[in-house]
Amino acid sequence: MVDLTRKRDVLVIGGGNAALCAAISARRSGADVLILEGAPKFYRGGNTRHTRNMRCAHDAATDILTGPYTEQEFFEDLLRVTDGHTDEELARHMIRESKDILDWIVKQGVRWQPSLGGTLSLGRTNSFFLGGGRAMLNALYLTAEQLGVEILYDAEVIDLEIDQGMFVSARLKQRDAVISVRASTLVAASGGFEANIEWLKQYWGAAADNFLIRGTPYNRGSILKMLLEKGVQQVGDPTQCHAVAIDARAPKFDGGIITRHDSVVFGIVVNNRALRFYDEGEDIWPKRYAIWGRLVAAQPDQIAYIIFDASSRNSFMPTLFPPLESGSIAGLASQLDLDPVMLEKTVGDFNAAVKPGTFDPTILDDCRTERLTPPKSHWARRIETPPYYAYPVRPGITFTYLGTRVNKQARMMMSNGKPAANMFAAGEIMAGNVLGKGYAAGIGMTIGSVFGRIAGREAAQNARN
Amino acid sequence: MHGTRTLEEADRLMTVCNSCRYCEGLCAVFPAMEMRRAFSDGDLNYLANLCHACGACYTDCQFSPPHEYDVNVPKAFAVARAESWAAYVWPRAFAGVFARNGVAISVITALSVAAFVFGFAALHDHQVLFGIHTGPGAFYALMPHNAMVVLFSAAFLYAVLALAMGVRAFWRDIGEPVGMVGDAGSLWQAMKDAAALRYLDGGGSGCVNEDERPSDRRKIYHHLTFYGFLLCFAATSLATLYHYLLAREAPYPWWDLPVLLGTLGGIGLIIGPAGLLAEKSKRDPALVDQQRTGMDVAFTLMLFLTSVTGMALLVWRDSAAMGPLLALHLGMVFSLFITMPYGKFVHGIYRYAALVRYARERRQLAHGNQE
Repeated sequence: MVDLTRKRDVLVIGGGNAALCAAISARRSGADVLILEGAPKFYRGGNTRHTRNMRCAHDAATDILTGPYTEQEFFEDLLRVTDGHTDEELARHMIRESKDILDWIVKQGVRWQPSLGGTLSLGRTNSFFLGGGRAMLNALYLTAEQLGVEILYDAEVIDLEIDQGMFVSARLKQRDAVISVRASTLVAASGGFEANIEWLKQYWGAAADNFLIRGTPYNRGSILKMLLEKGVQQVGDPTQCHAVAIDARAPKFDGGIITRHDSVVFGIVVNNRALRFYDEGEDIWPKRYAIWGRLVAAQPDQIAYIIFDASSRNSFMPTLFPPLESGSIAGLASQLDLDPVMLEKTVGDFNAAVKPGTFDPTILDDCRTERLTPPKSHWARRIETPPYYAYPVRPGITFTYLGTRVNKQARMMMSNGKPAANMFAAGEIMAGNVLGKGYAAGIGMTIGSVFGRIAGREAAQNARN
Repeated sequence: MHGTRTLEEADRLMTVCNSCRYCEGLCAVFPAMEMRRAFSDGDLNYLANLCHACGACYTDCQFSPPHEYDVNVPKAFAVARAESWAAYVWPRAFAGVFARNGVAISVITALSVAAFVFGFAALHDHQVLFGIHTGPGAFYALMPHNAMVVLFSAAFLYAVLALAMGVRAFWRDIGEPVGMVGDAGSLWQAMKDAAALRYLDGGGSGCVNEDERPSDRRKIYHHLTFYGFLLCFAATSLATLYHYLLAREAPYPWWDLPVLLGTLGGIGLIIGPAGLLAEKSKRDPALVDQQRTGMDVAFTLMLFLTSVTGMALLVWRDSAAMGPLLALHLGMVFSLFITMPYGKFVHGIYRYAALVRYARERRQLAHGNQE
């Protein structure tokens, strides 16, 4: 049994990558550490359960990485995906620290493997977890337990006692009772609020009802909300999130990686008016997949349809849900409840605008449309070989960017501009510091591991003083 | 549509897994899956027999129960494997033996042992059965050597024939041409993979059994069992050569090669199966094909008892207990041989065949990529 009356050096709230890295690093620095994970044991770890890789800078190829990925290149990638919406000092600090994480995380039991089948484009930049995110989590939990970190599941924190930037205790709901858990320092690593539809509606309105949540229903952002209400400085745009287009037939929560679609570049995407709304061939897919969630969210009823033909049927990874299929475009339209005449016109206009070229999905090829709005800049091929196929897609929210401002010690900043006395944050709850908008594969895990490790170390030291 | 509900479920799981692929570094099953976009009955039976039941993919899976996707590949494949063995069995009339395997094996073993006991008793008077026999040829006072050779060779050859017919059915089911047997490179690769139990380690960390903590215990116990079995087999074969080529009759002194090999093997074949049974009893029920625990236990227990009776014979061969112990041991060995094609033993044969196919697919893929 976990003794909840004893005051801990470090209290970690959350149970994912950032929380575990913080707990392990605090424990290795000599602190007495308790983790409060709000989810039951199976669902422990929030979004980490669904991750598969981490983006770390490295100066040379390794056993599992095909080439160097310098700090500068990493930073330039970050600038590009965020349109400059990042805290440069913090971002550069994170990228520098990420180099060391490649080895450090292995010492915590995590095992790497080369990039998975179908993800070769990430082979140089991203290290993949052998067995995926849950395997990574299992390894971290095992290490934490062996080090003597105490872990409580189903531990929902309902209030935080904070006195002028000084954490005192967390109010923990345990069956019918409420218990105050005291600690010298707090590490908040409890994620964002993507599973809190009511909160999302504050910014997105009724559209949020049509969002699918890719992770567990436990990512409700309650700790984030408490911290912001109790004087911690806010960072990030509340409407920004990592959202991709996922299969509309996916479950409301926790559908995970397997509901995604990689077929956008092979066809066209129409809304429920049977109209195209964005350049499907703008850039290589991994660089663009993260914009399609927001694009679909902006369409009527937050739904869209990827339309392609037999020539592309086997060009992308197999999908969980099979595509809808018909011998004619009109037949496909009726299955999708779209206006058949309008869909035939959209496909016809697209086909007429396609210019001849040499199709090559691995490069920015010369297959494009002319005099079409919006254009399809690459990989444009006529949709003319039956059977025709469609995947219905909706916005799938992975994580939110609204968070707590931190400094390089992962210490929370208060709204009066002063650093918090004993409160630290790591992971998604502070991702908005470096990720103002956009997304680059694996960067969420980088934020979690780097700032988790820093937060744990700093919290342990803070507790000693 | 598939032939059975088991294969329908296996297909559902492979469709989930093929759109995820997080587990591709854990074993051979997932890379083999990735070579396909759709799965025939034969494909699923191939994948099921390729699975070593290390359990890592269950523990690592974000979609395992209680998740609504209910992904439990080790269990689904355990069921599919057992059903495939019943489907491939020769002669077909014995397919039912797989269903109530524990009972069937127990009955056959009891009958075999009884046959030897009564056979000895009927052929000899009490003085011979409970007499003290020592020196070369002592065993053959109870049963002539030639009779032993004929009986056990027949049992062994029958087992080989039945197993070969089963593999033939498997090979056809998974769509491999018979001529493939000539691919020496794949046979050798599969031999190495099987000998090292390369895929019984969750991609390097070990098997998961009772909880999410991986360990190498099952692999070690399996090695002890397998190599113990081989050593015992080598001891018997060598003794046969001694008999015919060197005209030296058993029992042999403790320091002689057949006894040394047999003793070493026997120890492995006691510790190994005992360990495997202990691991099995601790195994997370979620991973176990509950309907067929009898089959696993029956075969492992058979190996254990064969070894225990053999070791007992070695220890008490100079006493009056030798006769009954010999009957007991020979009964166990006979039963082990004739039930081999109808129980858990076949897992090794089909898995080896699946590994051969996997090795060949890998070679073809590597070849294709070079072109």
